[in-house]
Amino acid sequence: MQAKLSVVALSVAAAFALAACGQKEEPKPVAAPAAPAAPIAKPEIVVKLGHAAPMTGPQAHLGKDNENGATLAIEELNAKGLEIGGAKVKFELLAEDDQADPKQGSIVAQKLVDAKVNGVIGHLNSGTTIPASKLYADAGIPQISGSATNPKYTQQGFKTAFRVMANDVQQGKALGEFAAKQGVKTVAVVDDRTAYGQGLADEFKKAAEAAGLKVVASEFTNDKATDFKAILTKIKSKKAELVFFGGMDAQGGPMAKQMKELGIKAKFLGGDGVCTPEFMKLGGEAAEGNYCSLPGMPLEKLAKGPEFKDKFVKKFGTEIQLYAPYVYDAVMVMADSMKRADSVDPAKYLPAIGQTKYDGLTAMIEFDEFGDLKGGAISVYQYKGGKLEYVETLGGGAVATAQAEVKEAVAEVKDAAKAVAGAAAEAGKDAVKAGAEAVKSAAEATKAAVEKK
Amino acid sequence: MDIFLQQIINGLVQGSIYALVALGYTMVYGIMGLINFAHGEVVMIGTLVTITVAGTMIKAGMPVVLAGFAGLSASVLVCMALGWGLERIAYRPLRNAPRLTPLITAIGMSIVLQNLAMMIWGRNYMTFPPLLPKMDFEVAGANFTAVQLIIVLVSSLTMGGLLLLVYRTKLGMAMRATSQNPAVASLMGVNINRVIAAAFVIGSALGALAGVMVGTYYEIAHYQMGFMLGLKAFTAAVLGGIGNLAGAMLGGVLLGIIEALGAGYIGDLTGGFLGSHYQDIFAFVVLIIVLMFKPSGLFGEKTGDRA
Repeated sequence: MQAKLSVVALSVAAAFALAACGQKEEPKPVAAPAAPAAPIAKPEIVVKLGHAAPMTGPQAHLGKDNENGATLAIEELNAKGLEIGGAKVKFELLAEDDQADPKQGSIVAQKLVDAKVNGVIGHLNSGTTIPASKLYADAGIPQISGSATNPKYTQQGFKTAFRVMANDVQQGKALGEFAAKQGVKTVAVVDDRTAYGQGLADEFKKAAEAAGLKVVASEFTNDKATDFKAILTKIKSKKAELVFFGGMDAQGGPMAKQMKELGIKAKFLGGDGVCTPEFMKLGGEAAEGNYCSLPGMPLEKLAKGPEFKDKFVKKFGTEIQLYAPYVYDAVMVMADSMKRADSVDPAKYLPAIGQTKYDGLTAMIEFDEFGDLKGGAISVYQYKGGKLEYVETLGGGAVATAQAEVKEAVAEVKDAAKAVAGAAAEAGKDAVKAGAEAVKSAAEATKAAVEKK
Repeated sequence: MDIFLQQIINGLVQGSIYALVALGYTMVYGIMGLINFAHGEVVMIGTLVTITVAGTMIKAGMPVVLAGFAGLSASVLVCMALGWGLERIAYRPLRNAPRLTPLITAIGMSIVLQNLAMMIWGRNYMTFPPLLPKMDFEVAGANFTAVQLIIVLVSSLTMGGLLLLVYRTKLGMAMRATSQNPAVASLMGVNINRVIAAAFVIGSALGALAGVMVGTYYEIAHYQMGFMLGLKAFTAAVLGGIGNLAGAMLGGVLLGIIEALGAGYIGDLTGGFLGSHYQDIFAFVVLIIVLMFKPSGLFGEKTGDRA
């Protein structure tokens, strides 16, 4: 491990050295040709955004996906040529590998702080994001994570911590209620003992029990395991009808497969960590017909979703794994806040992040007082024919239910109006009065429903 | 009771995989007293090579059996070359260095191989092509598959073959002589370099075989899969007495069964105080207890203080 660290340290040092060289050389070629062409050369400022995610280890595929999302956003911003505080802004990504390890997460966080980044995008895992967020908070550097869903991240009282994704309280609750609707009575819960897996499993357990389900087994694994037969055998003996897994796809896929091998007929359910193409690849047939959830709305249903997907695939030659769209939005929100504050100084643009009202790729992004996404929706998907098929959107659905209520109220008004018309035809005074009252009450109901919305 | 039987089966299969990998460790250790930490990575490369070769052939429409054999042979050949290369480049120049030096080199080679594999095969998880027919059996309420059966069989046969090699052939005799005293063996006309290279090549071939087994069983592969596997197999080798072939086999199976039973029963035994995530601790506690009473492992021979 020590050897590994020093190798990382060396390579990072080398990267820094290169970056430093690059910076020193940059102003010269820019200034020289620009001076004769335009007499008032616009100053250029470099905004360094830190990005941290696992680039090695079992979750490296997700880490690279996040980095690709950030890279895409930064390229677009640079192509657009943003101007902040009268200067042309050039964004630069300072990508670090946190190995999905909380210890390493804090080390790279310190590195980013020392490098005086203007903001941080990340980390990927809740387990690394939470300890790192303290370092960023102490240094006053704004942090937006596109994937850390553990509620604790934004509940520590740090003004610098934001996320552009629904948290696990919302997700666990939606999944618990969804499980209850599946007609099962007993569930087993497995988590991978990471901040994310454990947090999600705990929230799921609470919601499932509240919905009248019985949790018959709580088992644990870790985020590097490949063999789950021992715990699955135990689950089999407890006769659970549904197995909920709080963890990532690299474990979830083989787990679903091994369930089938052991002759377990229970359904499999998981959160965003297993809602990936990778999960289906690894789970094979065993994934078929089971469900998982993702915060937000499906990419195909988003206005700019398909366009983003095309751009992504064209640029990186690989499918979007999971969080890239959220990370993309996180970068955009940060840039948007800098623009509104007209400053790239963390202290100056931090308040602007809180007031964000940005029509992003994944959602209309607004933050509550904790830095959580307002009204985060949760969508449920089914693995069908090797693809993730959208089933429904839960939670955040306050909007949807309000809409339904308004519709109902409108129908009522219409009925009442009809009654009035009928009454008028009869010319009965009382009938008209009653009709008018009905209209009035219906209108009130409409008003109430609209207000609720 | 059917649960107990199922856990034993789970443990036996997992343990056979550990044993197969542990044989590679113990073989090299028995001869040179070197712990080849890169062995887990050899296993990983064995799996990944099979995926590339067999996967491509299946995609090209060739019969699965043919693809399987081609994949297996390719991975055995690549790993043998790798084992030979490792010995030649990393360990032979350090043959007479202090014992810590080759150990650190081994860890270094492990990291190098991991990163090399990451560069070649990428960071994503890969699925192993289904080379063996899927058959499920049920005996007394316990389920097992054809693949599991084959794993246990292959690993027992391999160990039998290795024992024959070591105790019934000339090369085996040379190996035993080298292990007892390299200097004297070389004076007796044993070509030490050749014997040690052979140990590495055979150990790596076993690693490739283990890699194929792991791949068929879990149907998943990743450039980091060798690390944990190597660590567990090393533990198994120590448990059984490192340097002893039968010990490696027994240690592996024992470790697998202890882990399965630990994960299955620890929660109930402690009233939920310790959960199934303590399964590794369970295994290591057993290791410590064994080493307290038998410091050289279950089957280990007493050796002088060489370290």
